[in-house]
Amino acid sequence: MKAGTRTVAGVLTVAVLLFPLYWMVNASLQPSGALLRPDPAFFPVDGTLDGYRKALSSQGPHLLSSVVVALGTVLVSLAIAAPASYALAQLKVRGGPALVFVLLIVQMIPGIVMANALYTVFSNLGLIDNYLGLVLADSTATIPFAVLLLRAFMVSVPKELTEASRVDGAGYWRTFFSIILPVSRNALVTAGLFSFLFAWADFLFAVTLTTGQTFEPITVGIYRFVGNQSADWNGIMATAVLAAVPAAVLLVVAQRYVVAGLTSGAVKD
Amino acid sequence: MTLVVPAVSAPRRAGRKPRRDNRFAAWLFLLPALAYIGVFFGYPLAANLVMSTQNYTVKSFYTGEAPFVGFANYAAVFDNPLFGTAALDTALFTAGSLVFQFGLGLALAVFFTGRFFGSSVLRSLLLLPWLLPLVVSGAVWRWMFDQDHGVLNAALRFVGLDAVPWLSSTNWALPAVILTNIWIGIPFNLVILHGGLRAIPASLYEAASLDGAGAWQRFRHITWPLLRPVTGIVLMLGLVYTIKVFDVIMVVTGGGPANATQTLTTWSYRLSFQDFAFGQGAAVGNVLILVATVFGLLYLRSAKATLAEAAA
Repeated sequence: MKAGTRTVAGVLTVAVLLFPLYWMVNASLQPSGALLRPDPAFFPVDGTLDGYRKALSSQGPHLLSSVVVALGTVLVSLAIAAPASYALAQLKVRGGPALVFVLLIVQMIPGIVMANALYTVFSNLGLIDNYLGLVLADSTATIPFAVLLLRAFMVSVPKELTEASRVDGAGYWRTFFSIILPVSRNALVTAGLFSFLFAWADFLFAVTLTTGQTFEPITVGIYRFVGNQSADWNGIMATAVLAAVPAAVLLVVAQRYVVAGLTSGAVKD
Repeated sequence: MTLVVPAVSAPRRAGRKPRRDNRFAAWLFLLPALAYIGVFFGYPLAANLVMSTQNYTVKSFYTGEAPFVGFANYAAVFDNPLFGTAALDTALFTAGSLVFQFGLGLALAVFFTGRFFGSSVLRSLLLLPWLLPLVVSGAVWRWMFDQDHGVLNAALRFVGLDAVPWLSSTNWALPAVILTNIWIGIPFNLVILHGGLRAIPASLYEAASLDGAGAWQRFRHITWPLLRPVTGIVLMLGLVYTIKVFDVIMVVTGGGPANATQTLTTWSYRLSFQDFAFGQGAAVGNVLILVATVFGLLYLRSAKATLAEAAA
């Protein structure tokens, strides 16, 4: 196949595969009445921003809750994972390989099992309907991932670098802060991005560990919106577009990190 | 003189001191992670095991009492006709998703190994469905599946076919959620397989071309065998992730209609959080863990083999 033909074929393939996303944006801009006509309009000719107004007024607080939970998850995950990765990668710890194995295994525990177990624990601790509770629950998915990703990176930090700082009299703590963290910046960004994306997208913990009385993340908001059997697809799709924004922004701004995280999470150990 | 002292004593200190505080300091760095794993994995998993042997109900949360019932929860779960339904749906959902998302992902990966204008931009655009919250993808597909106003049926009517009751028919609901999940899974397969393809030396293809091998023969005798380790990992990971899919099914069908899309995961959720039979929910969860662990260990074995091969 010639290169030009390939480009055309590639564009067509992408257009077909991304059609659902176009359809989401299309529906988010059409009045609800227009969406219920038998023949769908392929372009939002009578465009309206009503859906976005409805989305922001009814789902705005949920979007904000999700931002808080996602940022909290990033902080907790990195704060716990970074020091652990340093120890596993640079300091010889007995049982280190076993711990890495444990982290690989716990990633395979089905989320529903964690949700079931955490629900009973959290209801005893008063962590249901609690921001901290949801952050800690989301971290069960992000911490193992972050440790494995950061460790894989920190293993490759040259020992000369850390030994030089040791000879200069820096303790482990100082070496960690002034050498390891700065050189691991890219890996930290990657781990942070993935933690954010996971917590932002989490539905299972959000739906089991909140009752909607105090706060409700956006994924649960969409779920209830859809489940209402309302015909308000314009509002639902506008909310979906808003919930998709972080992913789209990250893909454009930090594509390099996203691909790095995707492949390192899967193929490297 | 004073300058010499540190120079002499430093190596000695470096030789002795680090070894002692090394172990201690390393554990301090690990401590938060270890505490977290203990509290948020160890304890809940143990609690889950205990719960599966108890009659744990809503009342248990107030009274703190949950009578021990042995294996009654497991017996109840296995006797429930829904167990067979859920197990079969899980198997069909997983197999259907894997076959198609892998096949399409591989075809796209091969396509995108060719260098052409816009190749990398188009490829990264295809990542978008993978990065979206699953609830968002689920909501979009649910709208497209709408029987009267959905775009899929509009397309079918356009080519002269009958509209399909995607989400209200027990025959079509499972294919519908599988279709949604295939769409979500393609990017992951594409990216990993693309990485694997790029690692195959171009010289092999050149040599094969010189020997007169056609495109299919090159794929059959070079690409496929050399890609095998990556293939193994992609399929294993896909399997482990697909068995526990929750969001997609909950948003698109909610497990219905008439349990036509009920998998072990959604059933476990329903038992615990809708029927409030936490003990039975935990029992189904433990069955899931068992299945996931078996495949997870297989994955680790194949991952190890790949790493060894990569290192050799």
